[in-house]
Amino acid sequence: METFDSYVLFALIALPLAGAALLIGVPSNKVGLIRWLATLVSAVILALSLYTFALYDHEAGGFQFERAWVWLELTGWPLGGQGIVLDLAIDGLSALMVLLTGIVMFTGVLVSWNVSERSKDFSILYFVLLAGVFGVFVSLDIFFLFFFYELAVLPMYLLIAVWGSSSDFGTFQRTKEYSAMKLMMYLVAGSVLIWIAIIAIFVQADMGTFGLRALQEGGEFSPTFQRVFFPFLMVGFGILAGLWPFHTWSPDGHVAAPTSVSMVHAGVLMKLGAYGIIRLGIGLMPEGAQEWMPVLVALGAVNVIYGALSAMGQRDLKYVVGYSSVSHMGYVLMGIATLHELGLSGAILQMFSHGIMTALFFVLIGAIYDRTHTRDIGVLEGMSKRMGTIGVLFAVAGLTSLGLPGLSGFVAELLVFLGLFQTYPILGVLGVVGAAITAVYILRLIAKVFFGTLGEQWRDQTDISRIEGLSAGILVAFLLLMGLFPFPFVRVIGSSVDALLALVAGV
Amino acid sequence: MNDFNLLLPEFFVAGLAFLVLATDLVIPDARKHLLAYGSAAGLFGVAAFSLIFLWGDTGTLYDGAIVVDGYALFFKAFFLVIGAFVVLASIEHVRKHLEHPGEYYGILIFTVLAMMLMAASRELLTAYISLELLSFGLYVLVAYDRYNAKSNEGGAKYILLGALSSALLLYGMSQIYGLLGTTRFDGIAEALVATPDLSLGVLIGLVLIIAGLGFKIAAVPFHMWAPDAYEGAPVPVTAYLAVGSKTAAFALVVRLFMEALIPAAADWQVILVIMAALTMTVGNLGALVQTNIKRLLAYSSIGHVGYLLMGVAALAAVNGDGLVSVERSNMAIVGVVLHLAAYGVANIALFICVGAFYNATGKEDIADLAGLARRSPMIALVMASALFSLAGLPLFAGFVSKFYLFNAVGTQGLLWLAGLAIFASLVSLYYYLMIVRQMYVEPVHDDTPIRVPRLTLGVLGVLFAGMVFLGVYPAPLVDAIQYAADALLSSEGVVHLLQSLD
Repeated sequence: METFDSYVLFALIALPLAGAALLIGVPSNKVGLIRWLATLVSAVILALSLYTFALYDHEAGGFQFERAWVWLELTGWPLGGQGIVLDLAIDGLSALMVLLTGIVMFTGVLVSWNVSERSKDFSILYFVLLAGVFGVFVSLDIFFLFFFYELAVLPMYLLIAVWGSSSDFGTFQRTKEYSAMKLMMYLVAGSVLIWIAIIAIFVQADMGTFGLRALQEGGEFSPTFQRVFFPFLMVGFGILAGLWPFHTWSPDGHVAAPTSVSMVHAGVLMKLGAYGIIRLGIGLMPEGAQEWMPVLVALGAVNVIYGALSAMGQRDLKYVVGYSSVSHMGYVLMGIATLHELGLSGAILQMFSHGIMTALFFVLIGAIYDRTHTRDIGVLEGMSKRMGTIGVLFAVAGLTSLGLPGLSGFVAELLVFLGLFQTYPILGVLGVVGAAITAVYILRLIAKVFFGTLGEQWRDQTDISRIEGLSAGILVAFLLLMGLFPFPFVRVIGSSVDALLALVAGV
Repeated sequence: MNDFNLLLPEFFVAGLAFLVLATDLVIPDARKHLLAYGSAAGLFGVAAFSLIFLWGDTGTLYDGAIVVDGYALFFKAFFLVIGAFVVLASIEHVRKHLEHPGEYYGILIFTVLAMMLMAASRELLTAYISLELLSFGLYVLVAYDRYNAKSNEGGAKYILLGALSSALLLYGMSQIYGLLGTTRFDGIAEALVATPDLSLGVLIGLVLIIAGLGFKIAAVPFHMWAPDAYEGAPVPVTAYLAVGSKTAAFALVVRLFMEALIPAAADWQVILVIMAALTMTVGNLGALVQTNIKRLLAYSSIGHVGYLLMGVAALAAVNGDGLVSVERSNMAIVGVVLHLAAYGVANIALFICVGAFYNATGKEDIADLAGLARRSPMIALVMASALFSLAGLPLFAGFVSKFYLFNAVGTQGLLWLAGLAIFASLVSLYYYLMIVRQMYVEPVHDDTPIRVPRLTLGVLGVLFAGMVFLGVYPAPLVDAIQYAADALLSSEGVVHLLQSLD
């Protein structure tokens, strides 16, 4: 078991890549084989991520499942640093994110069963994307964290531009090529800032290492340095987290992407941004973090309100969810910015809750779109009469989104608000207002699309298919699990939150 | 005493060139492609010979004008392999579009010899003669497609500007010789240490040398010939220009600056920094508006020259008092050479793809690539990977090399320049993605499959594997480069001289 445990994180990265490599060898006309292979690989990965989450020892805390390989020695470095190390380990925060990724990945593969065009290429790129995401969550070497971060960005252009869909509402048009390019440019612009910060950290620490823990212990970053370079990380990762005013790629990108990619993107990839701010930003520059947090909390508040108001004005179902993601990521950013035990825990739980919830939204919207070939709220009406299950599941996602007790969103948002009221009470009020606006647009949306008289043209529609149902069911199960039994989740992330706050308090 | 065994690779290559030219006279036209196979096999053979029998041997010849050390040997092997790949990439093109294959391959092999000598020169005139041997070969090769107006135009532009740059270079060298009294690299370094304040004459010489070499590597503002020459030249020659001659020029530049000019780093660093910043900006912005794939790649390679030049500028750290430190130079040398390797592999792969597409369709505009992913999945895959590698995305060699190089530049106190380079990479990603878009996203107008010779597919497969291998596990290559870099930083050379300054 010992050896198995030390390889399990490596397997999380290697399996998707191996799956991609395996798929290259399969002839592209054997669609069934490709589907089963993809499902099988992702099921194993889901099992592994559940395994790490379940066996993470929350009482011991700290980093577990550790394994490191020296990848490249920087022999030219005079101080004899350890060079670049593939250092894999997870703490509670990463464990939760790994679980989230596993769930979203598996459910995404399930709904991708209906991708018929070039399904082989699609699966290959999807697996590369997921290898990158897992890599970020389990790497403790900044080089590799960045490596996998870029790896996750790499396939996005093709995934959206080839398999995506364009929006056309007369006066409002977005081609998928436009959205894909916009998304790439924004994300890579973010990584420009991150990259600069990484070089600055490496040079400033002057230790010849990229190891996160070594830098935390031995790197001496002056207050001025932290003040200058924290914003690089905050904005760089913030772009991926949908930080206002750099969020505009995200609704466009989510809408244009095919269902499973939207799920991974809104569900997991945006969390990479928040994760980066926590892990690198707070982890390496706690002093800079303290200085800049008022800015982050203010921008987060704009995110919440602006995102919610924008979601209200959308006609496209997917745009509603896209903007609601911007709004919900605002809670994550605000929670991080509190630097308070409750707020930070809430932010991390919200990352998980929002990831699952958005994935569910996209599964359902994808199902509706596949049947009706429209996402126009103006046209869809009374769908519950034909799509009863979809309607119920959509309501569950919607109620999670507006923070109904018993569902995961409530736990997360409550903690964020409690944290906020202790640190930035005025902005806390804005957060609650945002939740109220969310309730308005979500309930209006559900009432319009699912209730009322059934539109004449939707008479022949069918309800959710078995495989979509399985996918949605898994997601709903986790929403309920966390809503009803939040304690295991809070417990797992406890030690990471304490460790981070100890860093901040240590300044 | 000269140990001529150390020069055996050069003798072999010269012999191979003559052998090809002589064989050309006796074999019938229909079988001339055998010359190419012979040349490629010969070049690979010499590369293997050099690595197996000469790795670890060092020595100087001809009174210090030529040196055989780890650095020279590394580049020799690199050039031989590049040369062999270019020969293999040429076969189809030469058979379809060019006359006189014998001379083509013969001249190509002579230029490989020139590049090998450039990496080994430790004296200004030897370096100059090697550079001219390379340039003259390239002048002919660029204009080899003699009934093609563009090829002639590119060749004419190249030879005129090339001659001008040679004149500048030679004038700069004469200036240095006149004022410092020596043309040997170690002598120049000693003279520069002895007179810390540069006289105006030496400075002029330095600037002229930088300008002359700037032409050869196509650095802004001396880059104007590159897009025309790249577009006009036969595709394999373009590949050779982009990869071979550029790498050779950088091999010479790094040795020249590291072994001879480093004591004056305070004076030239700022020039190189400005040139690097301009080069990466102009190159990448210029590429945005191109419609011809060869021109686009010309601008993209100008952008890459900017990154590399930045690495050369970062060979030394100059502190506020003008004191030069080479404590961290190792990383910069490794960064430059590593990026040259990553750039080389990706660019060779790209041009072979472009060449295969041209041979099959006769087209070379970016818009013509529409639907390539269906017409030839292999070419599209290798091309997309090479573009991602050049853009610096992971799994491919370019990410590692850029990370290493930019980090080295930041380490030497030029973080802002590294930041500019990272930003320039973002710009480059845009136009690389536009090509990817044509291949994978745009609808197919004409979906006849593209017939690619099996040999080309094999070569592409090797290059693809190389790109991924270097991107995932670069340690063996970095170790080899480290060994090469150590030769430049040997304790009796620069380091010793600079220590005497303190």
